[in-house]
Amino acid sequence: VTADLGYGMTIVALGLALYGGVSAGVGARTGRLALIESAQHAALGVFVLVTSCFALLTYAFLTFDFSVRYVATNTNLGTPFYYRITGVWGALEGSIILWSWMLALYTVILIVRHRVGARELYPWALATMLGILAFFLLVMTVAAPPFQRQVPVPADGRGLNPLLEDTGMITHPVALYLGFTGLTVPFAFAMAALITGRVGDTWLVLTRRWTIVAWYFLSLGLLIGGWWSYHVLGWGGYWAWDPVENAAFMPWLTATAFLHSVMIQERRRMLRLWNISLVILTFGLTLFGTFLTRSGVIASVHAFTQGSIGILFLSFLALVLLTALGLVAWRWEALRSEGELDSVLSRESAFLLNNVLLVAAAFTVFFGTVFPLLSEAARGVKVSVGAPFFNQINVPLFLSLVFLMGVGPLIAWRRASLDNLKRNFLWPVALGILAAALAFALGVRSLLAALTFATTVFVAVTIAVDFTRATRARLRVGESLLPAMGGLLVRHNRRYGGFVVHLGILIVALGVMGSHAWSVQTETTLHRGETAELAGYRFRFDGLTAVEESNHFKVVGTFTVSNGRVLGVLQPAKKFYPQEQAPIAYVDYRLGLREDIYLVLGDFARDGSQATIKLQVNRLVSWIWIGGVVLTLGALLAILPERHKSA
Amino acid sequence: VTRQRKFIAGGVVIALALAYMIYAGVTQSAVYFVTPAELRAAPVPGKAYRLGGMVVPGSLKWEARSLDLSFSLSDGTATVPGYFKANLIMAKHSEEYKAPHDKSEAGYRELLKTLRGEGR
Repeated sequence: VTADLGYGMTIVALGLALYGGVSAGVGARTGRLALIESAQHAALGVFVLVTSCFALLTYAFLTFDFSVRYVATNTNLGTPFYYRITGVWGALEGSIILWSWMLALYTVILIVRHRVGARELYPWALATMLGILAFFLLVMTVAAPPFQRQVPVPADGRGLNPLLEDTGMITHPVALYLGFTGLTVPFAFAMAALITGRVGDTWLVLTRRWTIVAWYFLSLGLLIGGWWSYHVLGWGGYWAWDPVENAAFMPWLTATAFLHSVMIQERRRMLRLWNISLVILTFGLTLFGTFLTRSGVIASVHAFTQGSIGILFLSFLALVLLTALGLVAWRWEALRSEGELDSVLSRESAFLLNNVLLVAAAFTVFFGTVFPLLSEAARGVKVSVGAPFFNQINVPLFLSLVFLMGVGPLIAWRRASLDNLKRNFLWPVALGILAAALAFALGVRSLLAALTFATTVFVAVTIAVDFTRATRARLRVGESLLPAMGGLLVRHNRRYGGFVVHLGILIVALGVMGSHAWSVQTETTLHRGETAELAGYRFRFDGLTAVEESNHFKVVGTFTVSNGRVLGVLQPAKKFYPQEQAPIAYVDYRLGLREDIYLVLGDFARDGSQATIKLQVNRLVSWIWIGGVVLTLGALLAILPERHKSA
Repeated sequence: VTRQRKFIAGGVVIALALAYMIYAGVTQSAVYFVTPAELRAAPVPGKAYRLGGMVVPGSLKWEARSLDLSFSLSDGTATVPGYFKANLIMAKHSEEYKAPHDKSEAGYRELLKTLRGEGR
């Protein structure tokens, strides 16, 4: 019954979304407000129905309703309460429901926020949102239906993928999907702008904050994904250039480019075509990412089931891109810039270069990810490029981007004079060089590390210079120090939110560089009582114990860690799930600002006398998470409504 | 006009640099997917391969003390000829539905018992 009810609601929702999309479109063309209102009601109806579907599936999970196939494959009687909720989106079908629900939610927010005040653009944006929503509901009906009957009803289910039994599983997919689906809104307004021919700045102003919100969630999703990879997967790293990671990273890169190029259009009336293209590209990449991860075309640790879903996504992607490009061609004349670049040494060109580099990075990631497909199609051989490829190309690109982060916000608009350059960059450059020299004196011999130190210090000083200067200006008009600084953050929250994000990126960059340059690892087999040594730490193997949990049992190794004095006990484990053929590693670690101690239990002797372990001392990794927190706080600051209208 | 040319020239330089980096990156880090049969047909010593196949049952040998793991890899028609040294092993197993209470669990029970020191 549950399955039929859910399936029925999905079909009605699909019908309503289609009706609403057409109705909004016709209403916009003919100017009949009744049709637009009817579309709004349809959108609300879709939201209620999808919410009910989601609630119904959650209820089925909580009550172990194994008559629903999706529940039977992704949970069993031993699954703890908490993971029965997160298990709802633990596999393909549920993740599509989550996606549709968020899209419906954004549609409702769009109605609430823009119904009044965006007369021309709003109906078309609504129509676009409903059209895209209809596609996801179609996927839910034909390609990946979460509500399918399981006959006969099994006594117990198969169980959730054990790797997903982690607290990160509630936040990671939710944040990532809020980011992905959030990027649909700017796309919808871009389409509305193209259809109505109002390609000026209105749609940009309307979608600016939407993009920052989506960007915030996407960043959060990527960071939590990295943290999950680091503390659950147990391979010792946080980023592997896996196709799924790349799928989320590409739209992040192009959305970042868009957030910057928007400022040039606002200020100088340039780059209209470029901005529209970036929004289309970003949305296309979110669809492409879903196609990539859900179709199984590329081998990935995250690969989901294969099936008709791949071809469906690819067709929709083609439809979206062709429509969007057709509209761009149609509005070509209107999209031409009014302004012109004045000088190579100007803020405009710094931002332009930032955009080019970000898109180049996105292209590199795209190319590397689909390379196996390309080479197989072109030459008939399967060739893949691994992490070295991505690192080799992206490291110089990202270092240049970090450098531009210092240049862009301070260099003058239009044309920078020598005086302006000296005034803004003398100290930052001097201190940056000094930092590199200091690192060399302290024994750092890696060129990459020296360059990273130089650029990060350079950028940090530019931010400090700007902030001090602005604070001083306020002190001169009689404010006291703290209110002056706080006032800057609040009144110019977009600018200073951006600076805080930049600081976060600097911290992340140092963490990434440090972990690559200075981490060490080794593997060894120990008898009980024996000790292994790495980077000044001693690991003594004290024995194995077995523990039975509700849905698995685990073998826990006990290791005493010391460096002269005893630091503590680490207990990495191996978990055995009845439904899995291979055991799952459970990492234990001790995080630190300077370095993390990271221990993985590999093979072991059944009588507990011997264990094979992988030990790692990972340097500066914690700064990636700290930088991530700073970055997301900065994004939040930038999202706040602007109090001060600056030109 | 000269200004525009400067920007176009800059763009061309960046595009060329990127193209070169991608080309160099691909030639340096390309890894070929092959099956044991394909490797047997045209082996090139010293070249990087990603070899895919099934582990031949019973061929797995693991020396815990020296950390040596060896096994034969087969694609049904051929096994890997000679000696193939791997620096990365990616395990893949099927995701199909499997009843939870089957005989494989007996193995876990037994393991649990020995670890607890029962029945020794």
